[in-house]
Parts: sequence; structure tokens; C-alpha cells
Amino acid sequence: MIRDITLGQYYPVDSVLHRLDPRVKLFGTMIFLIALFIGDSVPGYILSTAFLLGVILLSKVPFKFMVRGLKTVVLLLLVSVGFNIFLTEGDVVFKIWIFKATRQGIILALFMGLRLIYLMIGSSVMTLTTTPNALTDGLEKGLGFLKVIKVPVHEIAMMMSIALRFIPVLIEETDKIMKAQMARGADFEKGNLIQKAKAMIPLLVPLFISAFRRATDLAMAMEARCYHGGAGRTKMKPLIYKKADYIAYCVLFIYLFAAIALGILF
Amino acid sequence: MGIIKAAKLIFEYISRDEQDNIDEVSRAIDNLDLDIKEGDFVAILGHNGSGKSTFAKHINAILLPTEGTVWVSGMDTADDSSLLNIRKTVGMVFQNPDNQIIGNIVEEDVAFGPENIGVTTDDIWKRVDESLKAVGMTAYRLKSPNKLSGGQKQRVAIAGIMAMKPKCIVLDEPTAMLDPNGRKEVINTVRQLNEQENITVVLITHYMEEVIKADRVIVMDDGNIVMDGTPTEIFSHVDELKRYRLDVPQVTELAHELKMAGLDLPEGILDIDEFVKYLMPAIKQGIKQ
Repeated sequence: MIRDITLGQYYPVDSVLHRLDPRVKLFGTMIFLIALFIGDSVPGYILSTAFLLGVILLSKVPFKFMVRGLKTVVLLLLVSVGFNIFLTEGDVVFKIWIFKATRQGIILALFMGLRLIYLMIGSSVMTLTTTPNALTDGLEKGLGFLKVIKVPVHEIAMMMSIALRFIPVLIEETDKIMKAQMARGADFEKGNLIQKAKAMIPLLVPLFISAFRRATDLAMAMEARCYHGGAGRTKMKPLIYKKADYIAYCVLFIYLFAAIALGILF
Repeated sequence: MGIIKAAKLIFEYISRDEQDNIDEVSRAIDNLDLDIKEGDFVAILGHNGSGKSTFAKHINAILLPTEGTVWVSGMDTADDSSLLNIRKTVGMVFQNPDNQIIGNIVEEDVAFGPENIGVTTDDIWKRVDESLKAVGMTAYRLKSPNKLSGGQKQRVAIAGIMAMKPKCIVLDEPTAMLDPNGRKEVINTVRQLNEQENITVVLITHYMEEVIKADRVIVMDDGNIVMDGTPTEIFSHVDELKRYRLDVPQVTELAHELKMAGLDLPEGILDIDEFVKYLMPAIKQGIKQ
């Protein structure tokens, strides 16, 4: 059961968006988020909707997949919409017990909910079209300028990619330890939340010990293969901008300026 | 001087208590002298705690001598400035296949070594192609390492070392965690690299079957070399090997027992064909008498 967990929800099809440089996609997501917050008006939302729809169509990922990620935020969505409807001052539309729903509140809640949904979909477009590897590569190169202020960008990217590599290994290991302990009578299913959490402790201790052992081994193997940090390192698959990437940047800037313009006008 | 030379090598593991006081000193390697010729296939045998893995880690400068010196291609491993060159000259494959693969895709893992030593992108691709071909893993190059069997993972690890074009590969019990099929895969790959690419191989193991085709077998016990010779020479001394808590291949043992029982067989028989060749005349002779 635990093996079914899939991390990084990459959807493998060949599309224009899949082939884009990960840096462009990271930048694009950022611009989309900024545009969402400055274009807080009806025309602003129309623009964002158009942009998002265009991107979804280009990505060739089924719409069903995009929406799947929304399930996790439904609760958050309902709570924030509820708060907005009932706690905003203004013209009362209807009343439930002591709670008054206002016209201004409903409009605000609508915008708020839309913005949250767009946020989720917008960022899942990126993870659906970019492999975790490309994403770390993109982060390493895209944030390379931070090295100037002594941020260890290469090291962070390396840590991320090693973590990704070891997630399935550790899941498999957890499964093994669980089975071994179940064979000796451990019960992970019974009891209330606290009892369940307590049952996890004998699972976590061996898992941590083995993770540390793996880390030592891996560090040794990396050193034996001449790893000495990011300096002087070359790449098998270096990130190089192609024509499509420049076009994408142009589109993104046009979108950003349009959003700013709409934000000022309305 | 050969590609690897150790002189008066001593290594001590020091365990400390909480106050950082020396708790216990155990000597893993005790005054070891060794010279390994370029192009040789050398197998180092020994039971657990004989110091064979500790010695292997000295060749790659992962461990540094407490006393004495180790030279790799004439470079002193204790010299910090030649560290990268030493690791470029000697590649190392470890026991656990899972804990030495860094990449998320087979070909990216093979590229890890060349990337570290600053090989150009075009050259990396060429090396990755060649190394994967050399270990017969080209068909798996786009797979995730997690989907491979133990033997395949170990071959990927070997390809990763090959891509750095070392003169020598040290394998520290590469087959200890594999099933018999995986063991065969790995050992055949290593042998091929030794014969075709003329790479010096130092194979650390405690499986006797793996050392039969080696050029030279070294037996270690208690941190020192106790036997040194060709496989035939070593396996001629069945009783001595047993004293060092080592097994001999089954055929060798059978031949040894038959000889003890009075049949006219030579010592140090290593494979079944050889055994049959000697056995038939020996039986005939036995019947005549």
C-alpha cells in the first residue's frame, strides 16, 4: 500500500510546454502568481483565465489531472470563502442566525476562491510538465545569481536531487520494517490517533538509523567519484535556451505588462 | 614500482568515549607491504575483520595510513594536492548497490563522475555511451535505478567508474549483497574489463569461486598478508586456507579429500573439467593397483 505513493506528479507527454526550459517555467509560474495579485479586478481575472486556459491547452495534460490537486485544498478554500462571505461589512443580502452575508463579501469571496484555485492549478501546470530533475537543474541555474550573496545554490540543488533519488528507496525500506514488525505482532492500524502515532516510533527509529547509514555510504561513494562541490563541475545535460524559450519569455512579459496595465486602469 | 604500492602500512581505528578520550585502539592493518602490477587481476581474500576492506579504502585515499605509505601511480595518498588525481586513477565500487547510485536516471548516474572532473559535455555523452556498452547496460540507460536488479545496479556503478577512465578499479565486496545470478553478472563484467580494456582490477571478496580466474590471489588475516600467489598455488594449501577460516571451491575440496584418501591427484584443482581430466587416469591407476 505504501508503495503506491507517487511523488512529483509529472505527466509524461510530449508538448511545447514539456520541452520548455525549466527556468522559463519557474519564471512563468512566478509571473502568473504576481499577475494574479496585482490584477484584482474583473478584467484582470479575465486575462489570467485566458492565460491559464492557453497554458493548459498547450500542456496537453488532461484537465482532470489539473483539478486533482485541488482536492487537498478544498477545506482551506471553503473556510476562506466562508469567512469572506460572512465577515465582510456591507449591504446585507441574507442572514443565517447571527451571520450576515453581504454583497461585498460575496464578491470578495468569489475573487478569493478563484485566486486560490488559479494558484493551485498554475503551480501544478509546472510540476506536471517538468521532471523533478529538470526542476532542480532549473533552480540551480536559475538561482545561480544568489551565489554572489553566498547562498549554496549548487549544494541545495544537489540535496534536493539526492532526496528525490532516495524517496522510493526509503519508502521500500519503511515497508520492509513495517512488515517485519507486523510479523512480530506490531499493530499499526488499531487505536486512536495518539496510539497510532506511538506505534510509529519503533518504525521511525530503525528507519532513521538506516537513513544515516545510507548517507555515510553515499557520501563516501560520491567522494570516491571525485565529487568536490559545484566548482569546476560540467554538465551532461546543460540547460541552454532555445528559440521557443525566448518566445515564451516574450509572451510572459507581455502578459505581465498587460496585468500591470489592467491593475492600474481598474 | 607497480600501480599500487603499500609500504609498512599500519592503520588503527580509534574509538573515543563521550569525553573524547581514547577508548580503544584496534589495529586493522598491521605492517602491510604490497605491490600490485598494472594490468593485473588481483583478488584479496579474507574473512570478516581481516582488514581487507580497510586496505581497499586506503587505495582510494578514503582512509589515510596511521603509519607507513600508500602510493598510487607514484602519488602518495596522504598528499592532499594529488587527491583528485588519485581518485581519477583508481575508481572504487562499494558493497551496497543502492547506496552508491546518485542519479535519478541510469545515464545521469554514469555521468556523475565525469561531471565532477570537468569533462566537456560532448565527451561526457561519448564516455557514458562507451561505459554503458562495456557493462552491457545500454538498454537500460533511461530507466530509474530503483527499477533495476541488484546485479544490474552494481553494473551501473561499475559503468559510473569506467566513465572516469581509471587505470585501476577497486571493488570492495561488490557481490556480497547479490544473488548468485547477480554475482555472476558482475564478476563476468569485471573480468571482461580487465581483459579487454586492460584495467587493473583489485577484487575484494570472500567468495572463492570469484577468484579462480584472477592472476594473483592475496589472502589476508589479522591485518596482514598471509598467502600470496596464483589461484592454483593458493588452493593447493587447502588446510592452511581452512585455518584462516576460508572455504575452498567445492571441486578443490573434493579433489583434496580424494587425494588424502589415496588417489593420485595434483593439489590446487580449480574447475570441473580439470578435475575430470585428472580423475579418470587416477581411477584407472587406482584399479590397477
